[in-house]
This record gives sequence, C-alpha cells and structure tokens, in this order.
Amino acid sequence: MTAQAMPSVPAEQSQQLRFQLIDKSLKKFQYQQDALIEVLHAAQETFGHLDEEILDYVSRQLKLPPSWVYGVATFYNFFTLDPQGEHICVVCMGTACYVKGAGEIVTKLEREFSVKDGDTTEDGQLTLMTARCLGNCSLAPMLTLDGEVLGKESAESTIAAIHTKATLTAAAKEKNA
Amino acid sequence: MNPTSLLKQAEEEQQRQQQLNLRVFLCYSTPCIAAGAEQVKTALESLIKEKQLNTELEIVATGCMGPCSRGPLLRIKPAEGEEQTYEKVTPEQAREILLHSIEQRPVETEALPADLPFFARQTRIVLSNNGEIDPEKIEHCIARGAYSALAHVLHEMSPEEVCNEIKNSGLRGRGGGGYPAGVKWNLVRKSPADRKYVVANGDEGDPGAYMDRTIMESDPHRVLEGMAIAGYAVGAEQGYIYVRGEYPLAAARLVKAIKAAERRGLLGSRVLGSNFNFRIDLRVGAGAFVCGEETALMTSIMGRRGQPVPRPPYPAQSGLWGYPTLINNVESFANVAPIMEKGADWFASFGTDKSKGTKVFALCGEVVNSGLIEVPMGISLRDIVFEIGGGLPDGGKFKAAQTGGPSGGCIPAEFLDTPVDYESLKELGSIMGSGGLIVMNETSCMPDVAKFFMEFCLDESCGKCVSCRVGTVEMYELLKRITDGSAMLTDLEILEELCELVQETSLCGLGMTAPNPVLNTLKYYRDEYLAHIENKSCPAGVCQLDQIPLMKLPEHAAERAVFKEER
Repeated sequence: MTAQAMPSVPAEQSQQLRFQLIDKSLKKFQYQQDALIEVLHAAQETFGHLDEEILDYVSRQLKLPPSWVYGVATFYNFFTLDPQGEHICVVCMGTACYVKGAGEIVTKLEREFSVKDGDTTEDGQLTLMTARCLGNCSLAPMLTLDGEVLGKESAESTIAAIHTKATLTAAAKEKNA
Repeated sequence: MNPTSLLKQAEEEQQRQQQLNLRVFLCYSTPCIAAGAEQVKTALESLIKEKQLNTELEIVATGCMGPCSRGPLLRIKPAEGEEQTYEKVTPEQAREILLHSIEQRPVETEALPADLPFFARQTRIVLSNNGEIDPEKIEHCIARGAYSALAHVLHEMSPEEVCNEIKNSGLRGRGGGGYPAGVKWNLVRKSPADRKYVVANGDEGDPGAYMDRTIMESDPHRVLEGMAIAGYAVGAEQGYIYVRGEYPLAAARLVKAIKAAERRGLLGSRVLGSNFNFRIDLRVGAGAFVCGEETALMTSIMGRRGQPVPRPPYPAQSGLWGYPTLINNVESFANVAPIMEKGADWFASFGTDKSKGTKVFALCGEVVNSGLIEVPMGISLRDIVFEIGGGLPDGGKFKAAQTGGPSGGCIPAEFLDTPVDYESLKELGSIMGSGGLIVMNETSCMPDVAKFFMEFCLDESCGKCVSCRVGTVEMYELLKRITDGSAMLTDLEILEELCELVQETSLCGLGMTAPNPVLNTLKYYRDEYLAHIENKSCPAGVCQLDQIPLMKLPEHAAERAVFKEER
C-alpha cells in the first residue's frame, strides 16, 4: 500500500493506519530483534521511505538502540531515508547492460531531467536510480519505470516513456479533481 | 500426505494432462512478459472463451524456457504428433497458431527447428522442469516427480547415506567457490548441536547473472525439496532461503510454494508421514552485494548489517546464532533431488574428472541467442558461444567472454577451446562464478570493463576492512585515470602492486577477488592499457581520453617523485 493508494483518508488518520501496518509486521515476527530487516521492509513499503520518526518507532518497538537501526537502514541500498519522487526510474547497470550502453542512458537522463543519479527532481516528479543488475540481461539495456520492465531501451525511448508516464498521471489527477 | 498419496496425486494429474487434446505452454518469465507474453496470454484466453475449449486444452504459464532474446515463446504440445515451439509470437500469430493446431491444419507461422543447437546442445538437469510446469501450481510439479526423491530419502535412507550419496556424486558448490557439497554436508551432520540450520543462498549479486532468479521463479519446489533433503541429511529442522530484494517475483513464488507444500504435508511437521520436521522461512535481502558471501548473508538473516566475519569458525561449525549451519547456493540445492532420484553414478556420468554434472549459465551480451542455458561441465567456450549462442550478431568479432562477475575475469579468444570447469577457468585467471557469461565484441574496451567492475566493488565494499574499503577506491581512481588519459606508466605499477595487496589482505571474498578483473585484463590485454597511457588512444573507441597527466614533471624530477624503489 503506498501513499497514493489512500487519497480519501485524512493525513493524520492515514499516518496512524500506516503505523498499524508496521505493528502488524512486528507482531508477525513476535517483536524479535532479528526480524529488523523484515520490519524495515514493511515500513518502507508502507511509507515509501524511512524517516527519523519511523526508525525511532521501530527501534523502540524492537528495543534496539537507534544507532543499530540506523546502521542497518543505511547499510542496505534498498532502504532510502529520503522521500521518493512520483515516478521511479531504475536503470540497470549490470555488465550486459553496461556493454550495451546503459551508461549513456543515465547520462542523457541526468541531462534531460537535471537530476543526479540517486536523487529526485526538484518538483518531486522523478527519482532516478541505478541498480547493480536486475537480472534481465537478455533485455539489455533494460530499466524499470515504476516497477514496469522496459527492455532494449535507448536514451531517447526512455525519455519518451517517462514523459508519457508523467502526462498520463497528470491527466488522471485532473480527472479525479 | 504420505508417499502413496503423493504418487497417487502425481498419477491423477498425469492422467488429467494426457486427456487434454492440446497443451499450450507460454513462457511467462520476466523477459518474455516484457516482450509481450501478457498480451499473448489474453489473446489465447479470449480465443478459448470464444470457442469454448476449456475442456480440451489448457494454457500453462511456465517459467523460463531459455532463449530469452526470442520471446515471447509459445510451445504447442498436441496429444498426438510432435510439439512445436514458436518464437517472437504476437497475439495475432498466437491466435492463428492455436486455431490451426486445434483444427489440425498446418500452422502458417514458422516454428523453430526441432534440432536448433540452442536446445540440442544442452543437458537439462536443474532446468528440466522449466517450460514444462506452471511454477505456481504444485500439482504440475508433483506430476513431474517433485517430492518423490524426498519421500524416498525419508523412508529408505539414513542421513549418513544421503550425505555419502551427495559426496559420491561429486556435486560442487554452484555459487562459484566449487567446494565439494558432500564434504560440507558431512561436516554439518557430524557437528554436535541440538539445533542446526540449512540456508539456501539466493542472493545472486553478480551483474550479468540470473540463473538463481530463474530457478526460483520457474521451479521453486525443486529448491525447497533439495533443502528438505539437506535438512534431513544434516539433522536440521529449520531452513532459510535468502532471496535478493531485487527479485520480488521469485520471493512471491517461493512464499506461495512454501505454503502449498506445507498444506500438503510436504514441509512442516511430520513431513510425508515420517518423523522428520522441516520448516522453511523466506528472508528477503535489501540490496547488498556482500550478502552473497556466506558469513555476511548469515548476519543479514539475523537482522544485522551484512558484514562478513572471519573464518574459521566455518558456518558448518558455528553459523546462524552460533549453531552449525549448512549453506549452499540455490542451484546446488536444485541438483539434490535429481541426484537422489537417479543416483550418484548417473550424476557423475556428466561433466569432467573433477567437475561433475551440469552448470547453468546466463549467456548474454553480444550474442545472437542470449538466454539461460544448462550445459555439461567441460564443454568448450566455443561451443557455448558459437553453437548454442549462435555467434555474435552483425558479424561482430569475438573479443572476450566475461565469467564470474566482479570476482572473475575476461577470457580472450585464444582460449575459446578451453573446457569450462572450475579448474580450467581458474588457471585462466577467471572463475566459474555463479554462472554469468557475458560475450564482448571489439567495441568493448578492457580497461573500461575493469573500471566498471572496480566501481561496482568500491560501491559494494561493506567497509569493514581497510584494504578493501580504501584499496578499491584507489584502484578505481587509477583505472579512471587510465581511461581518461591522465595516467602515467608509474600508475600501472602502483595499480598492480595495489591489486596484490588488496587480494592478500582482505577479509572476505569480495575484497580478495575484487582485483581479479584488473589482473586478468592486465595479463591478456596489457597492450590496451599501454595504448591508453602511452599513445593516448583507446583501441575500442570507448574512452574519451580528454585529460592530461596531473603532473607532467621533467624526467629526472618524475623519477624522484616516485619513491617506490627507495622505500
């Protein structure tokens, strides 16, 4: 469940709901300290990122020092402490993709959207990330856009795909409003 | 469930399948879905609805069939007659193929030739169920014999016999190290402890490798069965399967498979009517390459920072929470059930003297048929690249094959006839690794490839030991200077010295093998490095070389600036 999935619930209440989802995961693992990574996974899935408040909450619930929780959260690439953009583009930089020109795609995306690898654009629209191999080497160069796998891409086709996606969401938002 | 009811269910399902006029297998793995398998499936389903054919045929959404670059793949298996495989199928073609097959009219779309070397040259042991079953349906797996080896082991063999069978088969760790599995199993079995664990390593971090993902996605029950057999053999009641965070589909399918197996009494307490209890839990990684290292993986299962710890004690003596732990790669576990079913001698009949059985490779890069292949150990690299892989596209010239990911190296063209096994690859300065095999043509620049892997290692170094943490950064800087034109000859010397240092003083496999791609490319492609430094030219035309050396001192001063000899 992501932030976008519950638009009608007031912010405070939705926040509470999300903490309940963390509690659910905590209970599932019987508050075992060893389940820290599982709980952080659940928290990130619910909130989209892990901020200080969440980390603090998890550390108190699991009776672990905050430094321990922070250490784990920052060790793994999967966890992110900053809010993510509306769209997330992950470019695979595995060997097969690299030899087929993934580096060029990243450079051109960075220029087009004036965003650095690993950062989010100022308007919060796009987060650009690179991955160490998404395991779809026969589709090289490949990337995922909001979880959807796009194979045999070029810089131009990726930029086009991102623009299409942004337009679609904007249109959908307008319709809702 | 007990062995008899397992057999009965297998027979029932086989009968059901035989009664169908037609079985349609559609490859439903990630690459094929990205190529449009979903639309093909919808088209086929609507056609079946239209013509009301549900009783006569079924569509099986299978795991990976292999030739991923030819997807979406569709295989038609009529009750009578020969089966046909079609490549790059569009929804319209799929309709045509199905309609004509039902009406037994000749199909217009051209099928793949039955003797295509891509399939004919492979020996499928681990992947034998791929493309034959729907991985989310346990009945399909049972009909193909899943869990029968477990039933046999539990009721007719002692743990010692199981370990010896694995030892006799000559199975070696498929994660890259190649440690004899039987020896490891016996070590854990003999370790005295009241609790033991079995861990399957599915943290496949090597870029360019996706064998484990495919095995877990396409045939999860085979991995679970292998783990259960291992649990019985070493005396463990709890297993963990650690899956990379980047593989959500594999994780989802495993969760489903574990639940289905537990419901039928194939896992859990009193497995298959015996006194053996075995539970398997899934742990999802969070994106750290170093967690592929066994001690780091175990700290990660225990919810900590995935940093390796010194060995000994080995996990076989003291692993998860200090208890003896058997840790093997997913592919190793996938080999266990066939060995138990068909015997150690049968397994040992494949492969070479020291490397038995088969190996799954992810063949990709500049090759016509990229995809997942399983070949007997000892096959030559030439056969893999030019026979199975179909050579390089657009008349490209073979330059190198990269194996072993960031811990391996590049094998140049003159060694194309080397047999692929653990020892031969090691002699060439590469390693078998987990099985990524990337073919490169003349447009790949070797110092640039080495830089790519070094960047990977510096990023993934966990930071625990200094030589790896600092060494990878320094090596990367040197390689960057070589590829941007600001390097001098002395840099090459420093680089080589650093490589040796990091190799010898790092704690875990990541650091120890991080210099491999550099050393290996320096060995075979030294002239390319020299061309970058001396002539400021990149033979492959990749590097920009727009920088100048940081300090171009007069010769006598430069000599004094390098204190290497004096120190």
